[in-house]
Amino acid sequence: MAASCVRTVGSFLGKCMTCSSSINTVATQVSQQVELTYSALCRKNLAAAGPEKFTLEYIQKQVEEYEIGKRHLANMMGEDSENFTQEDIDRSITYLFPSGLFEKTARPLMKLIHFPLHKAVQWGADGRPFHFLFYTGKQSYYSLMHDLYGKILKIEKHQDRLRAKGLFSQDAQLISLGPSRWLTKEELELLLVETISTHDYDRFIKLMEHMLCMPYSSTEEEFVQRYRRLLEAQSLKQLVPLLEKDENGVAFSTAEGRRKTSDSSVILRDCGSGHITVNGQDYLQYFPVLQDREQLMFPLQFMGVLGRFNLECKVSGGGRSSQAGALRLAISRALLSFLSEGDGEVMRQAGLLTPDPRVRERKKPGQEGARRKFTWKKR
Amino acid sequence: MAVRALTRGLLGFRYSRAATVASPCGGHHYVTAPSAKPPQPQAGDVTEKILNQPLEKADFFRVAELFSLKDLFDARVHLGHKKGCRHRLMEPYLYGCRLDHDIINLDQTMEHLQLALNFTAHIAYRGGIILFVSRQRQFGHLVETTAKDCGEYAHTRYWQGGLLTNANIQYGPGVRLPDLIIFLSTLNNVFQQHVGIRDAAKMNIPTVGVVDSNCNPSLVTYPVPGNDDTPAAVELYCRLFKMTINRAKDRRKQMELIHGLSAPTSQIS
Repeated sequence: MAASCVRTVGSFLGKCMTCSSSINTVATQVSQQVELTYSALCRKNLAAAGPEKFTLEYIQKQVEEYEIGKRHLANMMGEDSENFTQEDIDRSITYLFPSGLFEKTARPLMKLIHFPLHKAVQWGADGRPFHFLFYTGKQSYYSLMHDLYGKILKIEKHQDRLRAKGLFSQDAQLISLGPSRWLTKEELELLLVETISTHDYDRFIKLMEHMLCMPYSSTEEEFVQRYRRLLEAQSLKQLVPLLEKDENGVAFSTAEGRRKTSDSSVILRDCGSGHITVNGQDYLQYFPVLQDREQLMFPLQFMGVLGRFNLECKVSGGGRSSQAGALRLAISRALLSFLSEGDGEVMRQAGLLTPDPRVRERKKPGQEGARRKFTWKKR
Repeated sequence: MAVRALTRGLLGFRYSRAATVASPCGGHHYVTAPSAKPPQPQAGDVTEKILNQPLEKADFFRVAELFSLKDLFDARVHLGHKKGCRHRLMEPYLYGCRLDHDIINLDQTMEHLQLALNFTAHIAYRGGIILFVSRQRQFGHLVETTAKDCGEYAHTRYWQGGLLTNANIQYGPGVRLPDLIIFLSTLNNVFQQHVGIRDAAKMNIPTVGVVDSNCNPSLVTYPVPGNDDTPAAVELYCRLFKMTINRAKDRRKQMELIHGLSAPTSQIS
């Protein structure tokens, strides 16, 4: 009896728990749904929440208001309203509305934002849409795919005509693209002025690649180049600093290095004396600790050129150890221009040319340090 | 009238073959039967005359001249699927079955195709929006090109759920829906009936559909029993629809020039 009571109570409590949890999940689901519908509305926004948002008239009105405000501000500051630049505006605003907020983006601001392109109304006075793929929902993307497929068919017809004449050769006229990459999904969305899914983007890239693999695709080169961007050249090779000669005929090279918060720059002179200056002082004076001097010498000692070079170093920021590390990196980089490629590779393998990415980790709230937690107390 | 339109839309009620659909409902006006007059009086007498004149003759646009039975046979329109794929409701349209292959009755196809083309021509004449739908990947490009050449619209891609039923939110307020949907294949890629047929019936949009022997013809307003898988057949349909629509639009321009109207009104009235 008691057991059954307990069981029923337990099951009742369990039901309550599940009810409350389900209520919670329902609430979260509802809020999620609300969020989803909001974001869905934002995505296919046009109908609800501000259809006038970023129309051309709205943008023009904002620009006009900004210009008028700029003139008023210039008059207030007693400055020339014709040549009032954005920096002058920022200066004036910080003067007129001083803010103690730490967050720079929360302070008062007067700037024109970059309005995202918004599709104008898609149909004419009689209601007929302008684009023939309007009813698909994603007209720009699908018309792009349609054009692309049309080009593939054209290339295939060209190939058939050449085959009929007997002039077809397999490895002729593939498009040469150079150092370029495909448009990213975001860039494509900007180009098409509509959102596409990753699936759509992948299909587009696949179809483009398919077209590139066909012989005689060079006829469509201009079309393809519209969807490629030049690669910013990122060579894996080390950038070797230039070997210059000063007025006495002494070869020297300059390099920079960073470690933690220290910045350093080093001029390596091929004198033969082995003289080292740091920030105007002798290195023995500047680095009293042996460890720091060892760090400084290590690149030269490793390559066996200890007495050959003169070092003129400048370093700022950080503490003694990080300054030593920054100088070491700068010396190794400067040394590259005096050494051969094989020696450079040896230095790279030794880790002398790798900048140390470690920085101080921030302290987190609820903990004593970055990792150290407060003492755990059982009660 | 409205009720009748609703019932025929939702239950696929078969009207008599001779008459064409008749009723104004919501924003859509269907082509009236030859004897009846359109109930709403027009703004201009000239516009009224232009719109009523095609309704006086049965085959005003002479669509029957565009094709012959031999053309249909040469394009392999009579070839259906195998006996196992046959849909029960397609049995009236089949001529027979030979070595397990269904043969579609081309006499019936001729009549249905004439009705469908006539209806399309009337819709195009009155400036209606025509949407070509086909979910067959091998003919997608062809259908889109056909639509572009006619000046009409196409949808051969993934059909998003609320395109017709949730149009005001998906496209924007005040969007105009298609006045006719032409299905060059009523099935989607998983051999189920295309969602557009049901949605068009819900939104009271008339449909013309090429129904193969494995399709369900019940919700289609103007079914055209015929092959939808052979390239020759689909090219024939595309050519026929393109010619009818262009013919109807040219005729409309001619009528407007004849009756001296400078600015053509393209509203369906």
